[in-house]
Amino acid sequence: MTSLPKRSKNAKKLGLVIDLDTCVGCHACVVSCKEWNTGGYPAPLSDAQPYGREPSGAFLNRVHSYETANETSQRTVYFPKSCLHCENAQCVTVCPTGASYKRAEDGIVLVDEDLCIGCGLCAWACPYGAREMDPVVGVMKKCTLCIDRIYNENIPPAERRPACVNACPAGARHFGDLGDPESSASKLAAQRPAQEPLGDLDYRPTNKYLAPRKPKSVTSAKPLEPVNRDGGGGFIGWVDAMLSKLNPPA
Amino acid sequence: MNPAYSVLFFTCLSGAGYGMLAVLGAGVLFDALPADFVFGVVSMGTCLGLITSGLLCSTLHLHHPERAWRAFSQWRSSWLSREGVAAVATFIPAAVLALGWIFPAAVSATFWKLGALASVLGAFATVLCTAMIYASLKPVGQWRITLASIPLVPFTYFGFALAGGMVWAQLLLSAFEKPHALHMPPLTCAALALAWAVKLLYWRQIDAQTNVHDLLDATGLKENWQNIRAFDSPHTEQNYLQKEMGYRVARKHRDFLRRAAWRGGGVLPIVLLLAGAWAGGLAASVCALLAAALFMLGTLIERWLFFAEAVHTSSLYYDDKK
Repeated sequence: MTSLPKRSKNAKKLGLVIDLDTCVGCHACVVSCKEWNTGGYPAPLSDAQPYGREPSGAFLNRVHSYETANETSQRTVYFPKSCLHCENAQCVTVCPTGASYKRAEDGIVLVDEDLCIGCGLCAWACPYGAREMDPVVGVMKKCTLCIDRIYNENIPPAERRPACVNACPAGARHFGDLGDPESSASKLAAQRPAQEPLGDLDYRPTNKYLAPRKPKSVTSAKPLEPVNRDGGGGFIGWVDAMLSKLNPPA
Repeated sequence: MNPAYSVLFFTCLSGAGYGMLAVLGAGVLFDALPADFVFGVVSMGTCLGLITSGLLCSTLHLHHPERAWRAFSQWRSSWLSREGVAAVATFIPAAVLALGWIFPAAVSATFWKLGALASVLGAFATVLCTAMIYASLKPVGQWRITLASIPLVPFTYFGFALAGGMVWAQLLLSAFEKPHALHMPPLTCAALALAWAVKLLYWRQIDAQTNVHDLLDATGLKENWQNIRAFDSPHTEQNYLQKEMGYRVARKHRDFLRRAAWRGGGVLPIVLLLAGAWAGGLAASVCALLAAALFMLGTLIERWLFFAEAVHTSSLYYDDKK
């Protein structure tokens, strides 16, 4: 059913917390996502002509690179983008066949690829551009929050996290239950209240982006001492340094 | 948004077809159309032909058309599903309408009138569902445009469906030299003027739209930052999102295409229909044929622009300012 499930306020909401202050834009999450989901269900994420003239394929995660500035400072911000598993997921309700659905038990948004007709309307309904049509299989692909990892009893408990979270070398990606205020993910998100992307559209994303901390205004540093002293190195240089201490230059 | 040819032809053809069904149904309801065998066969044939060819076109952009039957299941939440249900359900009263026209003995007059009424309602519901598929998409600001908090997209679809139906009915009436054709031109011209007036209003409103999102909204960085630009692409090749949401050719030629559409598809057909009505006879039929062809062409351009001018929030992330 593509109607959204009725979920209480404290229902389980699995999702990611992504720290934009920490992300270094290495794309390791993109590569690990592609690698894991290519081996996942039910067909590989397509990768047509990977070394050819026109490579094409579907990815579930992309990292955008931005420069931002205000009056006092500027910085780079890397913005990893995958499905935000919204509470008010319109990609689910527009689906005519029942292929798109949101799980009542943990809030994960999934596509049943056997029911998908490949009309693409769900991608039109997603404001974040989190869904991509697989050009080879002809069905819509999206982040599954690695549903085949996080509940997988055949892998060590410490690794039962989305592949992107395991791969992140900077520790910018965190996974947890954002419906439980006591979870580490919720506590992290609460420390750094973030502005929701396109919040006015009211999709109510589960994933949280921790915005870069407010930049401190930079006080200008003292100019460096000249390295090249009169007299060069050696004994004369030492004499110059000593005399300069006794009689500092103006 | 990418104006897929299948969706363009679908919305234009079946739009005109449902408009024609509504016009024929209303005509039967008010005894304003000839209860004539040949006219019934040809007009219902044209109308159902337009609808069916449009609906078949719509399945062409599906990657799995063999599963299309599943699209009738989610009418509780999905306008696309509702449209499928409404489109197919409308065939039932349309069949009653056609049957009563072609074999008057087969259906009672009351049942025929009931079929006509249900056809009008079904056509209206189907066009409403088509429009709402687009008007309900929050990420596309242009399709959410309102005037005095009235959404404009459903009214443009109603306008073009009605005008299309009138133009085609006018063509058949004058081709069969029915006296009814004499009363039609002013009504057809009014429908044409109404459709393009709503469209011009839509264009004016989307050009003046101020509540549009930018990249700072899309990234949620507005609080601390005033400027942002992408310095690198997330991938080397164009992906599905850019091909689907970032359509540019029609935007480049926007003003020219708009003028061509409303003058060629609106003003010219009105002039032709009035001239034909004045001349009468064969000239009226030729004028009506030209008017129908020009209107359909204008609608096609209008529909191309409807998709191509619509900007999706997901394209903001690519910061592709051209």
